[in-house]
Amino acid sequence: MPAHRRALLIILLLALAAGVSLLVALGAGSLGLSPTQVHDALLGGGDPVARQVVQELRLPRALAAFACGGLLALAGALMQVLLRNPLADPYVLGISGGAAVGALGVMLLGVGSTFGIQAAAFVGALTAMGLVFGLAHGDGSWTQTRLLLTGVIVASGCGAAVALMLSIAPEHQLRGMLFWLMGDASQAGDPSVPLLLLLAGLLTALAFARELNLLTRGPQFAATLGIQVARLRGLLYFLASGLTALAVTSVGSVGFIGLVVPHLMRLALGNDQRLLLPAATLAGGILLTLADTLARTLIAPRQLPVGVLTALIGVPVFLFLLARAPQREQT
Amino acid sequence: MSPPLLACRGLTVSIGGKTVVSGLDLTLGSGACLVILGRNGAGKTTLLSTLAGLRVPDAGTVELDGQGYAALTPRAAARLRGWLSQHPVDAFPATVLETVLMGRHPHLSRWAWEGAEDHALAHAALKETGLEAFAARALATLSGGERQRVAIATLLVQQPRVWLLDEPLTHLDLNHQIAMLELFRQRMRTEHTAAVMVLHDLNLAARYADQALLLHDDGRFDLGPAREVLTPERLTRLYGHPLREITDGGGRWFVPEARSIEAGLNDA
Repeated sequence: MPAHRRALLIILLLALAAGVSLLVALGAGSLGLSPTQVHDALLGGGDPVARQVVQELRLPRALAAFACGGLLALAGALMQVLLRNPLADPYVLGISGGAAVGALGVMLLGVGSTFGIQAAAFVGALTAMGLVFGLAHGDGSWTQTRLLLTGVIVASGCGAAVALMLSIAPEHQLRGMLFWLMGDASQAGDPSVPLLLLLAGLLTALAFARELNLLTRGPQFAATLGIQVARLRGLLYFLASGLTALAVTSVGSVGFIGLVVPHLMRLALGNDQRLLLPAATLAGGILLTLADTLARTLIAPRQLPVGVLTALIGVPVFLFLLARAPQREQT
Repeated sequence: MSPPLLACRGLTVSIGGKTVVSGLDLTLGSGACLVILGRNGAGKTTLLSTLAGLRVPDAGTVELDGQGYAALTPRAAARLRGWLSQHPVDAFPATVLETVLMGRHPHLSRWAWEGAEDHALAHAALKETGLEAFAARALATLSGGERQRVAIATLLVQQPRVWLLDEPLTHLDLNHQIAMLELFRQRMRTEHTAAVMVLHDLNLAARYADQALLLHDDGRFDLGPAREVLTPERLTRLYGHPLREITDGGGRWFVPEARSIEAGLNDA
């Protein structure tokens, strides 16, 4: 089968799985609904209570979780190409650290509104992004090692600031802060902005997908085949960081999706970015949708932070992959 | 008359305060093969990457088919010149066929996927480099010499007109060294291309190159027809080690004299 047909088939299958995961998310909960009831509720028919639960509570949350999972997985895949390291994740350059400093900072000041916290998180993420870019770009060399080092240092600085804020925060604010840090989709808000920007980000990345393939084989190889490497890396940096900032702003720093999903897809489908990027986006969306559904149903009526679940799923999967990887190379 | 495939005028290149060449004038037409020789660290790779347009020269111009790099888009330049690098990178998994197909990039539009023709070119290139059985193999499982041939196959499908080859025989066993040099020579004839190679094997250089560039320290160089430049006297000066020429029929071989390394270095 030609490569592009195979890619299309895989994407269609994943899109189907994404539809199923959304159906599960809309049906599961204290008010259990069958797929038919979900269908009726979505179209405005059926039981009025079910309609309200589905349309006003579950649908926005499920879509936001899907969008943010997709954003994180896409950002992770891009970051791995940028740093030419399959073990990079979207947070490695300090974006989530900056967002956390912003969000926790305003929580400490007593801001309780979702919008205020999201705005502060976004400003924090953008600040970290600008800081890392400015410092790493300082002498014009813009090398991978310098970028990675700068990002890691900024991230650890943010980590220290977060620890400081947690230690001086009053007792009653701690729970909210911890939930934010672990990732929590209940405060995600309107999903349409992340969904639209996810689509725009994916299309932008796909336009450069073949160039990204070349970049994975080294900047010199890419340059001799006609790629403006510095421009492409700049675009990658801002795209990956921007998508991460958006996701972290909506659901907090949900871990492991950005690392595990692109890695998993690469092992299953290969490293062709034209297939890997959309596949990782869909799979990230599916994983976060299902994890969020579990987070609000496992010990209902109490809710778990979704980041804990993605990590609990992600850690064993990742260790399994890591243990398997060398065997695969020998075949 | 069509312009030369590769031309440089008054080219001065330096790296880290060390002058590699100063005032180099060079013209390569279709079918020409230039070999660059020099000691370790003489700047052979630096000069080659300047010719590839990846470095800006300190002075002078480099032109491909009559146009400078500034006038060419990176894609257009990639259709004119190809570069075989000394250090291929593979942080991510890829198959041999996927890697070779990457050479088609400058010929494909943004949203296009490789078509039947591109695949045919890739398979032909794999066959010519003796890798037809390796198409589906993961790059990470190949030996150094096999990877070098993958890089050469990638260059074949790129179909550039000027080939810049940085130590193309690295890791290759004897039969493949000759096979690849014959392949380059045959391509130069049939596709009217030109090649610049960095080599360490003087005998292969004498056999396959028609022009030679010797890079001495401090920017001095010898450039001319291989037969005139590759002499035991000049090569002895270049490497700081005495060499003897042995002739047999039309062939020439350079053999290092058995003399202590210290004595050779003291001469330099």
